[in-house]
Amino acid sequence: MTDIIIKNLPILVVICPLMMSLIVVLIPYNFLSWVITLSTTFITFIFSLLLYQEVYLHTSISYALGNWAPPLGIEYVIDKVSIVPIIIISLISFITTIFSSKIMPAEINSSSISKVYSLWLLAIAGLIGLVTTGDAFNLFVFLEISSLASVALVAMGGQKDKQGLVAAYNYLVLGAVGATLYVIGVGLLYGITGTLNLADLSKRIAEINDNKALIAGFGFMIIGIMVKAAVFPLHIWLPRAYAYAPSAVSVLLAATATKASLYILARILFSVFDISDTLIINTLQYVILPLSILAMFAGTIMAIFEKDIKRLLAHSSIAQIGYITLAFAIGTKASVAAGFIHLFNHALIKGALFMAITSMSFYINKRITINNLSGLGREMPITFVCFVICSLSLAGIPLTAGFISKLYIIKASISADGIWIAMLILASSALSVVYLWKMIEALWFHEGPKNLLIKENSLVYIPLLIITFLNIYFGLDASLVVNSSFEASEQLLGARK
Amino acid sequence: MISLETYILITILSPLIVFLVTPLLSRNPNLRDLLGPLGGVISSYGAIEIMNAVLEGKIPKLDVLDIADGIKIGFEVTPLGAIFGLVASVLWIFAAIYSVGYMRGNQEKNQTRFYTFYAMAVHAALCIAYSGDLLTLFIFYEVLTFSTYPLVAHKQNELAQKAGRLYMSILVGSSVIFLLPAIICVWVLTGSLDMSKNGVLEGNLNPEYAPYLLAIFAFGIGKAALIPIHKWLPAAMVAPTPVSALLHAVAVVKAGVFTMLLILTNVFGIDFLSKTGASTWLIWLASFTLLITSIIAIYKDDIKARLAYSTISQLSYITLGGALASAMATQGAVLHIVTHAAGKITLFFVAGAIYVGAKMSKISELNGHGKSMPLIFLAFFIGSLSIIGVPPMAGSWSKFFLMLGAAESGHLFVLVVFSISTILNAYYLMEIPARAFFLKKDRDIKVKMPTLITIPIICTCFLTIILFFAMEPFQKLTSIMVN
Repeated sequence: MTDIIIKNLPILVVICPLMMSLIVVLIPYNFLSWVITLSTTFITFIFSLLLYQEVYLHTSISYALGNWAPPLGIEYVIDKVSIVPIIIISLISFITTIFSSKIMPAEINSSSISKVYSLWLLAIAGLIGLVTTGDAFNLFVFLEISSLASVALVAMGGQKDKQGLVAAYNYLVLGAVGATLYVIGVGLLYGITGTLNLADLSKRIAEINDNKALIAGFGFMIIGIMVKAAVFPLHIWLPRAYAYAPSAVSVLLAATATKASLYILARILFSVFDISDTLIINTLQYVILPLSILAMFAGTIMAIFEKDIKRLLAHSSIAQIGYITLAFAIGTKASVAAGFIHLFNHALIKGALFMAITSMSFYINKRITINNLSGLGREMPITFVCFVICSLSLAGIPLTAGFISKLYIIKASISADGIWIAMLILASSALSVVYLWKMIEALWFHEGPKNLLIKENSLVYIPLLIITFLNIYFGLDASLVVNSSFEASEQLLGARK
Repeated sequence: MISLETYILITILSPLIVFLVTPLLSRNPNLRDLLGPLGGVISSYGAIEIMNAVLEGKIPKLDVLDIADGIKIGFEVTPLGAIFGLVASVLWIFAAIYSVGYMRGNQEKNQTRFYTFYAMAVHAALCIAYSGDLLTLFIFYEVLTFSTYPLVAHKQNELAQKAGRLYMSILVGSSVIFLLPAIICVWVLTGSLDMSKNGVLEGNLNPEYAPYLLAIFAFGIGKAALIPIHKWLPAAMVAPTPVSALLHAVAVVKAGVFTMLLILTNVFGIDFLSKTGASTWLIWLASFTLLITSIIAIYKDDIKARLAYSTISQLSYITLGGALASAMATQGAVLHIVTHAAGKITLFFVAGAIYVGAKMSKISELNGHGKSMPLIFLAFFIGSLSIIGVPPMAGSWSKFFLMLGAAESGHLFVLVVFSISTILNAYYLMEIPARAFFLKKDRDIKVKMPTLITIPIICTCFLTIILFFAMEPFQKLTSIMVN
């Protein structure tokens, strides 16, 4: 029995949430549907931990779907690279599911709760599938599954605030554009190489020199994925979608959705194509690098002037995505590893910040803007302390996870002869202190409404405490994250350079 | 034989234990109030032993945690750290006794919270003193800021809230925006966060960039209160006086100048600085701060506000001493940490005593009250003499060395700055005892002075005189530091 599970782990992590989402939709009892969702995400998390162990035993697991041997059949590949986002997604989705138990019924009509959980699991399945698959077209399918599920989830925010519908519509259209661009790129590459298997594709691309269609295909794929990953300036769907989605959905999406796409971006750049190719070098240097730097500053500055806190955090996410793509764009092993470190840490940081803000909005039953943040910190000390710790983590203060990722990004950029890049990173992270301090100041120092009589709910703050604890833990003992990320970048770039 | 690690632990953990135990004793105020002085004595014992070890040339060391790749938390006592640690722990004893007198005499609320964070702040200051690398230093620098916030905002009225906000904004802001990036720069340049006796940057940093890096550091260390980031210190004076006395005359601000000196000597290195002239601009800025704040102090009628500006000006003496980049001036700067601490804590104690005993906080109200509180004003007089630098008070030593250093480094205008400032010091400090003793009383006031306030004042007042004759170990330590 265990043998079968171990053998089929690569598909189990995808199939488990996918199948359960079909079952959850039929459950008429809201509580039961939550319990099923929770156990599913928990089992998925356990599976992904087992998978981590397996990957480190065998370096790379290839799983032929339906026993059709690749490159003809669909192949699932789990290696030291893809395990990083798998762990992130399954871990965060488990914690967020706990968090959603009290938050969800407050915002969603009770008749649609089980549907929401069904979509929830579907989105998770899509994201994990996106990361595990080794097939370019199957990747497109999962990309669509996850985005359509997320769009529907965002649209659920429309039950409380009509803005949610607008946000979902925006997300839908732009997401569809991104996916279409991606699939056009896949079509072009298929036309040239005759294969859809990513590993095979990479081998055949290496044999072709100087083909205009190849360049076009690459361009379409990259831009499609960049839309999904919300790389500046293709990010415009993101702030609205994060801001007006139901609270728990914001947390899930903020922590996981773009991470999966960023992983795909790295995969295409470094493993399908060749980093020593001038096409990739030019893309990294003249497209992604400048865009990342713009993102760092634009996101931060927009966050400074933003009043709605969920949007503020979304803008800050754009800046943080900028750090990750910047690390990828530098293109050395150390920098790609730094990118993966930040991929992981940022999921923890942003997940926690969104969790803290949405639980505040749950307690006072209002949208959180900078004005009604006043004095809330004194009313809900646990949430406030978690918020402060995670803000410190975002600002990159020592003893938190954020410090580690910032340090490695800076180190990598300097060793790649980019002192000025390091200066820009420092400058932008110094600017981020401005908006973080703005929130903390309002929360603690401003005079707030009296007699709110808020009692913090344990089901709401325990997941927040867990994720805050992880922020500190990975700031104190970074070896696990750092080593896994270096292994990942070694595997991603090792064969090439 | 107790090992040196244990002494470090004794020194830094005893305030932490006080921090943890105080809240448990909130029902038993007498026992609770005993904890502070007791912790101070134990902590000082450790600090003295550490200082003796450093005098013998040993380097007490304690590794705590290894995060990743040369990033670690640990303690390693430098001569400078040994001095600062001793000052903070010994003065904590007196300040803890004084706090009891002050808080009870003034019937302050939330006393347990007060003592709790008071001990935490001392803990943070001692950890700063003994920190072995820049990361540990930075972490406890932040802990110190956060633990003193509840003390600054203690009264919880609007004024205190506002001051607390300014306090946090400036100190947290400057350290996160400037100090942390500067530390990361050092890590990137040298590959580690360690410091060394002769500096670590020589050979790793292009001398052309040195002034800029130094600027990021100088403005990152908000606690050293250079203009224009000095505003938090006068604002913090809304805190109860024991806080102003120990924290804003000793622990917090000295942590600031301590960090500054450590950066100048152990990161940049005196030789590197004097060769490249990277700190010349800092000499000018510190001189400017020193004179301007002395002049502002003259116009302050509130005793604590005047002392606050006087503190800023005296802190700049220390920064200036470090920036002069000569062995003698650095020695003077370090000694000034000691002598100014003893003198200024006395002055703040007196300011608090006048408030508790006679409910006066303005200088213009003091006329003729010297006879009703003779001991208190005498202590103020002696403390002032020490700050001004008159022998046989401790302050004369540090000023002497600073002036020698200024001459040695060839920046002769600094001598002029020192002389002008001395005259200004004398002018604004002497006004207080002069009014009290020589002017006529305009009203009668009943004075009730708690003994627990008088005793620590007399002790620290004697300390300023004793230190004059007992400067030798400190002077030896500073010479170990610069040679």
